[in-house]
Amino acid sequence: MDTMSLLMQGFAIALTPESIMFAIIGAILGTLIGALPGLGPANGVAILIPLAFSLGLSATSSLILLTSVYAGAMYGGRISSILLNIPGDEPAMMTCLDGYPMAVKGKAAEALAISAIASFIGSFIATIGLVILAPILAKFALRFGPSEYFALFALAFATLGGITGKNQFKTLMAAAIGLMIATVGIDISTGVQRFTFGTLELFEGVDFIIAIVGLFAISELLFFLERHAGDGLKQVAVNKLKLTAKDIIEVLPASFRGAVLGFVAGVLPGAGASLGSFMSYTLEKRFSDKGEFGKGDPRGVAAPEAGNNGAASGALVPMLTLGVPGSGTTAVLLAMLISLNISPGPMLFQQNPDLVWGVIAAMFVGNFVLLLLNIPMVGIFVKLLSIPPKYLMPIVTLIASVGIYSVSHSALDLYFMVGFGVLGYILRKVDIPLVPIILGMLLGPEMESSLRHALVLSDGDWTVLFNSGLSIGLWTVALLGLILPIIVGPLVRAKMARAKAAKKDD
Amino acid sequence: MLNTLSLKSILISGAVALTIAGQAHAYEPARSAECIAPANPGGGWDFTCRSVGRVLVDQGYFKGNVQTVNMTGAGGGVAYAHTISKRDKDDNLIVAASTATTTRLAQGQFPGMDSKQVKWIGTLGADYGIIAVGKDSKYTNLTQLLDALKSDPTSVKFAGGSASGGWDHLKVLMTAQKANVGDLPKVRYLAFSGGSEALVQVVGGHVDAFTGDISEVKGFMDSGDLRVLAVLSEERLPEPFAAIPTAMEQGVDSVAPNWRGFYMPGNSSAESYDWWVKTMDELYKTEEWKDIMVKNGVMPFHKSGEEFTQFVNNQILDIQILSKDIGLIK
Repeated sequence: MDTMSLLMQGFAIALTPESIMFAIIGAILGTLIGALPGLGPANGVAILIPLAFSLGLSATSSLILLTSVYAGAMYGGRISSILLNIPGDEPAMMTCLDGYPMAVKGKAAEALAISAIASFIGSFIATIGLVILAPILAKFALRFGPSEYFALFALAFATLGGITGKNQFKTLMAAAIGLMIATVGIDISTGVQRFTFGTLELFEGVDFIIAIVGLFAISELLFFLERHAGDGLKQVAVNKLKLTAKDIIEVLPASFRGAVLGFVAGVLPGAGASLGSFMSYTLEKRFSDKGEFGKGDPRGVAAPEAGNNGAASGALVPMLTLGVPGSGTTAVLLAMLISLNISPGPMLFQQNPDLVWGVIAAMFVGNFVLLLLNIPMVGIFVKLLSIPPKYLMPIVTLIASVGIYSVSHSALDLYFMVGFGVLGYILRKVDIPLVPIILGMLLGPEMESSLRHALVLSDGDWTVLFNSGLSIGLWTVALLGLILPIIVGPLVRAKMARAKAAKKDD
Repeated sequence: MLNTLSLKSILISGAVALTIAGQAHAYEPARSAECIAPANPGGGWDFTCRSVGRVLVDQGYFKGNVQTVNMTGAGGGVAYAHTISKRDKDDNLIVAASTATTTRLAQGQFPGMDSKQVKWIGTLGADYGIIAVGKDSKYTNLTQLLDALKSDPTSVKFAGGSASGGWDHLKVLMTAQKANVGDLPKVRYLAFSGGSEALVQVVGGHVDAFTGDISEVKGFMDSGDLRVLAVLSEERLPEPFAAIPTAMEQGVDSVAPNWRGFYMPGNSSAESYDWWVKTMDELYKTEEWKDIMVKNGVMPFHKSGEEFTQFVNNQILDIQILSKDIGLIK
């Protein structure tokens, strides 16, 4: 089979010492970042992009490093959920429900081990899904003309908030900020300068890597300063691991179901990892008639972990094949790809097969590394959790600044980075999400040129936007994506809140 | 005794004077040099800097290293301004350039700067322009496509990876102009942010024709999804592109090399400029460079020193005239 031989070539790349090294580094850093409460995968990848730049890594190595960080962060999120009852990132929230009670019962080590195995299964199955689905979708993507792309971008924006999103208005506002920033620079359709004020540095627009590092990493630093969070956190002690084969076999069905559900949620725009883990958990609870869900049932740990790791790999499918990210972290990865002069989309599979398949193979390798790291060596990460952030944050700042400067050798970029940091801080204070800003900046110019191209091709006829079945379908989903959260959102959120409240009552 | 001593001192001082004079004439490169790539890692300019830097070190021109510095912004404008304002006398700095640089200089997109403010060293190869259509297109040669444009300039829509008025757009206009297509401003060009995005639209049947460089189309050419109607070179390209007819064979005198080369600071010493020109001439002939060219699809194209400077100025003039003709600049 064609895909198999390409994947084998990918393994040839992924199994070079260099690639393995970056997969291991990424896995360790990712797990650590994921474990630290507050630092999610998007922040983690954003913080490490400058590192990839300052080390001058090749495109393949950078991507292997960052996808490993991504996967690692999904693994790491569970550590603080289980030990501290604070989710390391949003998708790990559901893991708190049964993970922390297990830890309280003196089964912290078992909870960590089971969740690591479930994470492994989730990632593994979803990566297989990626291998099967991505090339098919890449071929299908050729059917996308400018008007279909325009509808697809509209869909991406409409579903930004996700089903679980709180405030559609704030999400749209954030997207609008991103779109506004995206208009700066030379307009490629006419060659006219927009909002550049004769400043050479602005001719190519505002670099989204700078915006990402500023908005995520620098604002995080400001929050740390504000909280005076100098000390480590208290946690439940980890017992000695006593895990039998029977325990593992018991959680396997839950993990498989969670993985498949998570993958589907990841591929679909707007759904994302949080919904993936939520759905897996609820399904598992309903599926098994008896059990102690909410009181420390191992299946309640396995299902959401498999779900959120599955969703993480699933979200890579639309990013790689269509160039439209399905989640915040994949948006950050997309920005990285574009900065490396690699355009995602159907051509990626044609032009850079080494890169795509190398990275996919590296995801398999990274997954094994993560399993090894997270079962025998989980104790190290638990220790690292108690490192006071006052030592970590200055390192983050240093890496961010050096990395940004090494990209362009321009001091102006550093001012921009700090400016975005302050902006990010203010926006987070008023609960405006940051990911839509990045998506606005990334997709804005593409969306604009798609619209203009569609109109040039049709000689100015607007009906071209709705003249294929594909585009009508996309518009319908976009409309649903915008309306559904307003109707279904409160219901789902209430359910999530009830689940959380029920657990607190115990 | 006294005489011999003074004679000796005269001889010594004379010798010293000679050595100093000799040094002033023959420029000695420093241990290391710097090459600015005016774009992010991974692009054409970055490739030019890194590959040439490596050959320079491998061939022993520099004992230390040739460091590539990425300086993005304004399509090379930031690096151009930096070279003029901050590095004007640096003998050990070269900056990667291409047709994109001359296009922007010609259209005044580096405000207040012109081609006379730097010294143009030479080119080490080129990527030739092509015009292609999807496999289901009704056009099977360049003449048919240009005839369609002649009867209606809006009948064929082109997609390319540069901005409007950029090199990919100009290639189409230059070819159309040479074929006596009237009303050039009416020729429709869709600007994509990269050649590959444009290519997908043509292969997918959404846009009529693709304008780009030969290095961009190999994948789709091999798969049979793309029909290259003409390559804009003086002669046919070597294998695996030898089957593609040139525009000249089809009666249109259009040649569009996207050259890869270097400039250096305008007030660097004449000796260092001569050294760089000579070094690029030698480098172009090495097996190592030929090997790099073959591996990366870079086609033969070499000019240096005076000849190259003349070529750059002519190209800028040509682009200016064309840009005025079609109303891109006033």
